[in-house]
Amino acid sequence: MGAVFEGQGKGKTMIEALNNLFWILIFPGFLFTVALGLVASWIVRKVSALVQWRVGPPLLQPLYDIMKLLGKEILMPQDAQRTVFLAAPLVGLAGVLLLSTMLWRITIAQTAFVGDIIVAIYLMVLPSLALILGSSASASPHAAVGTSREMKLVLGYELPLVLAFIVVIIKTAGFVGAGQQLSLVAISQHASALSISGMLAFLAALLCIQAKLGFVPFDIAESETEIASGVIMEYSGALLAVWKVMQAMMLVALPLFLVMVFMGGFGTAGWPLVWGIGKYVLVLVLVILIKNTNPRMRIDQAMKFFWLYCGIALVVAVILATIGNYYGINWL
Amino acid sequence: MSWRMWSLKKSVWVFHVNAGACNNCDIEIVNLLTPRYDVERFGIKLVGSPRHADALLVTGVGTRQAVIRLREVYRQVPKPCVVFLMGACACGTGIFEGAYHIPGAVDEVIREVDPRAIIAYVPGCPPKPEAMISGVVRALSAI
Repeated sequence: MGAVFEGQGKGKTMIEALNNLFWILIFPGFLFTVALGLVASWIVRKVSALVQWRVGPPLLQPLYDIMKLLGKEILMPQDAQRTVFLAAPLVGLAGVLLLSTMLWRITIAQTAFVGDIIVAIYLMVLPSLALILGSSASASPHAAVGTSREMKLVLGYELPLVLAFIVVIIKTAGFVGAGQQLSLVAISQHASALSISGMLAFLAALLCIQAKLGFVPFDIAESETEIASGVIMEYSGALLAVWKVMQAMMLVALPLFLVMVFMGGFGTAGWPLVWGIGKYVLVLVLVILIKNTNPRMRIDQAMKFFWLYCGIALVVAVILATIGNYYGINWL
Repeated sequence: MSWRMWSLKKSVWVFHVNAGACNNCDIEIVNLLTPRYDVERFGIKLVGSPRHADALLVTGVGTRQAVIRLREVYRQVPKPCVVFLMGACACGTGIFEGAYHIPGAVDEVIREVDPRAIIAYVPGCPPKPEAMISGVVRALSAI
């Protein structure tokens, strides 16, 4: 009897492990997010083209790009630190993969743990760190300039991003149960953006997401015209494809995170699902429009923008949210 | 046809090398990205680094100073790649034939580096954007 029970136990853990693997690699994890991300990056290119009165690329263009890059030669810079240069794209990809799997799992299966918002904030920094690692390992002067700019940019936008999340945590503190203030499932039940402080925080977080995605006006680390693609300059072939896939997945994960924190999250069926997709597309289109209507900033301008202007706006938002929470005024 | 070449034709990323051109061909190349011609329809886009490129658009006659860089840029491009020589100067030596500042025609310079390089010629002074698109399409369908 003991042996039978043991066998069943093993079978159960086996099924659980397979199930988890399926979660990570296929359905809401890798394959699904990559497919969505490629569609999202097509939307970015198509809408940019339409804004400029062009026709734009076909739907499968991002897929063709990735296929082509996978088939090309990988060139290794002579003085590069090989291990770090090769490993950095994979580290970045793993970070985004974990982040997106976590967010989908919270949305679909409502499985959450207290403090997952903090884990998500950590995971969101991983791609930037991987970029910094990879480009500084490539021993290229252009990439070095890109690295230093990326580092300053990370320092710039992390502070307002965390402050924006603090506004949401303060705003939802009154509604959620004790000990649930840092849980994304609890936070995503409330649309915090529908108030003055929440709206301020949402706008600031949107601009931080813009910088995280490396889009104009914050594509300072990757500026093609002055430092020849900066941080990813030395990458070619399959390694570049990994960076492109990572950026496509971030295009899914980061707006999804904003929707969950500020706009009341995603449903899994019926109208809440349609409404959730609408919210995601709204965030994506806002990002694209900001991208297409602004020139690139200098790095000092970006730092000043994030620390001074976004900082002041967010301190005001934190004060408003605290007052609103204390007196029970929801719209403040 | 292997999937590598198939997908390469579907998405050609282009790096523009000015090897001593008078800026006339370069303006026409930039013209390809405007709403009127919009080559992004075919997946063609300009990239900032030769490491990302699948095609080199070379303009200009290839002066002694420029060909050193041209050879280096060609070595930096991951293979398979296509070289497009845009304009009369790059295709032959144009009006500069036999001039003191030219070590040789641009295609010879590139063949020195790689005898098996894929080179396509688009003549004209400057070639019209339509001619450039037609040249790219013909070259890609010949591969």
